[in-house]
Amino acid sequence: MERSSGYIITFAAVVCLVCGVFVSGAAVSLKDRQDQNAVLDKQKKVLIVGGLIDPNSETSPEEIERLFKTNITAKIIDLKTGQIYDKISSDGFEQEKYTKDPTTSIEAPARNAAGAKRLPKHALIYERQKNGKLDRLILPVNGKGLWGPLYGYFALASDTNTVKGIIFYKHQETPGLGGEIENPNWMSLWPGKKAFAMTKDGGLGKPKIEVNKGPSKDGDEYGIDGLSGATITSRGVTGMLQFWLGDNGFGPYLAQVRKGQ
Amino acid sequence: MASKQKEALIDPLFNDNPISLQVLGICSALAVTTKLETSVVMSAAVIAVLTLSNLAISLMRNLIPASIRIIVQLTVIASLVIITDQVLKAFMYEISKQLSVFVGLIITNCIIMGRAEAYAMQNGPGMSIIDGLGNGLGYSIVLLFVGFFRELFGSGKIYGVTVLGDWYQPNGLMVLAPGAFFLIGIFIWMNRVWKPDQIEAE
Repeated sequence: MERSSGYIITFAAVVCLVCGVFVSGAAVSLKDRQDQNAVLDKQKKVLIVGGLIDPNSETSPEEIERLFKTNITAKIIDLKTGQIYDKISSDGFEQEKYTKDPTTSIEAPARNAAGAKRLPKHALIYERQKNGKLDRLILPVNGKGLWGPLYGYFALASDTNTVKGIIFYKHQETPGLGGEIENPNWMSLWPGKKAFAMTKDGGLGKPKIEVNKGPSKDGDEYGIDGLSGATITSRGVTGMLQFWLGDNGFGPYLAQVRKGQ
Repeated sequence: MASKQKEALIDPLFNDNPISLQVLGICSALAVTTKLETSVVMSAAVIAVLTLSNLAISLMRNLIPASIRIIVQLTVIASLVIITDQVLKAFMYEISKQLSVFVGLIITNCIIMGRAEAYAMQNGPGMSIIDGLGNGLGYSIVLLFVGFFRELFGSGKIYGVTVLGDWYQPNGLMVLAPGAFFLIGIFIWMNRVWKPDQIEAE
């Protein structure tokens, strides 16, 4: 049956309109819930890398909230000086927004290893306390993967050198290849490694930790086995850590922590 | 149930299975079946989208201009998939992260557009719903079969519960895509041994 052009156009417009209403209706009405899930997921990742929950177990949202409140302290730091900055509340602090906003961020050094375009002036970090003492630092890190940015947390012991763990909460890597950065077996290679090279006088020098290509040698304190078929992702993880542990990242803050001890 | 309805529901399970006979929807059958849990959620998502899209297309079948029917079908399917994805993100966040892009890729699952074009455009809403349900179940049977054996042999678990103890060395091949190919092949073989009329003439 032939239809007039007017009918076809009207029909198409009506279909688009109806579908549009449904899609946006679903997106808007479910947004609060999704945001809540994302926040909860991030908190869960912090707790996992903080060694407070087992990644394989189911943890209820209430339990996550309780553990987070009792064990984790959120702090805003000034990235440049490494000092605690208490003029901004850590409640509802959105790091990604802060990194994008030109008034609260600076231009990142050209061609930096993390692929960052802008750097926030202030960053939200977490500390895990255990029996009243600092147990580990949980630093937000982001880097460049193959398909898009990698977002995660990197945990260091209170000596600021021993690695406690790494975890990613947002990335777009290929499942089965770069996506293996979420593989628990690979993640379990990290704890116990060292992040910084030793200087001659026994202090800590430049960040040295890296993801190798292929397996790392026995007894290599700084090397993590590479991910097969994911060279660019592996390099991205190395670059991300080299940058964020360096002078433009959390270097000054880690120096402050060492000084305080 | 009248025999026609019954046929529309039961036929796609083994007689005219969308994966094993029509060989559609293979991509997602490989991608999301490393575990039974993701297979179940993916099956549910596809059944929901397929049934609703068949219903919507069937209701509009006499209004859709023939010249733009494919685009209209795609618009409807895409909208349903986005809504499904949003619902999963809101209510099953962990699983939706594991399914990642594959929920969005339901849009390109040939089963759905195939049924819209081949069935819902010619049949009434009631029959179209049954057809959607039947084909969705046919897809699900293969997904669950593959997911069950991949999880069992690939990680020694069923639905996240360890059933094969420490003595079992997990077969890594099962977790990778080739494992799914083998299993789908085995499924097609068994299906054809049971129903020899599916074998193509040489």
